[in-house]
Amino acid sequence: MLVPILKQGPYLIASVQAALRDADLVKLRDALTEQVGTYRSRGVIIDVTALDVLDSFACRILSDIANILRLRGAETVIVGIQPEVAFSMVQLGLRLDSVVTALDLEEGLDYMKRRTERISHACYRK
Amino acid sequence: MPVTGNEIRVAIKSDDDILAARQQGRELGVRLGFGPSDLAVIATAISELARNILVYAENGNIICWPIERGTKKGIVLQADDEGPGIPNVEAVLRDGYSTSGGLGLGLPGVRRLMDEFAIVSRKDHGTTVTAIKWMK
Repeated sequence: MLVPILKQGPYLIASVQAALRDADLVKLRDALTEQVGTYRSRGVIIDVTALDVLDSFACRILSDIANILRLRGAETVIVGIQPEVAFSMVQLGLRLDSVVTALDLEEGLDYMKRRTERISHACYRK
Repeated sequence: MPVTGNEIRVAIKSDDDILAARQQGRELGVRLGFGPSDLAVIATAISELARNILVYAENGNIICWPIERGTKKGIVLQADDEGPGIPNVEAVLRDGYSTSGGLGLGLPGVRRLMDEFAIVSRKDHGTTVTAIKWMK
């Protein structure tokens, strides 16, 4: 199942709709890597509310995505990790340490706005 | 004692099968009456076991069935392959150990997720991992 990617102003929102095969996650990574360039996006929000499992492979791809997009100049926030999914991840030993997370899409957008505003202010002051 | 007629068996040959195994395992968990946290744990454990099969043995089976012991009820997850076997079972159960260059969380992680856990492995004859989750 392909993950739809919506452009919303300077951000891209990838909204996972159903359980993903490994290959779908890899496609998502590649699509986001390309589209942050096409749309000159400052941030990417990946909404995983619909996922009932985040296993070691999914976490590795999500953290790869965040690292790749950072190198492309965009921030990544993962939103919507469900309580029972978070519980299983921690038991399994998956912490997603290097990735920013937020409760839901609203919080994710809020984070993005604060982040990107601060960056533009910092640039402006120089 | 296994309860007959309620077993699921999924052959693991590709990443599609990982998804199928975890969905079918989860559905069995729902039928048995597991709550949301345990269902996520069961699905995650199946995912890791199935991926282990794919990475190390290329093909094998995920089999799940209900179990009763005294008044306890639970689910058994079994990953069965005819791959090369695990030369050093103790080493793969240590956190951080991985021979595939992956995260190395697979088996120790599954052991933490589940209530009971056992591995039987014979060189060149494959590996069977059996794990049980009891209903609380």
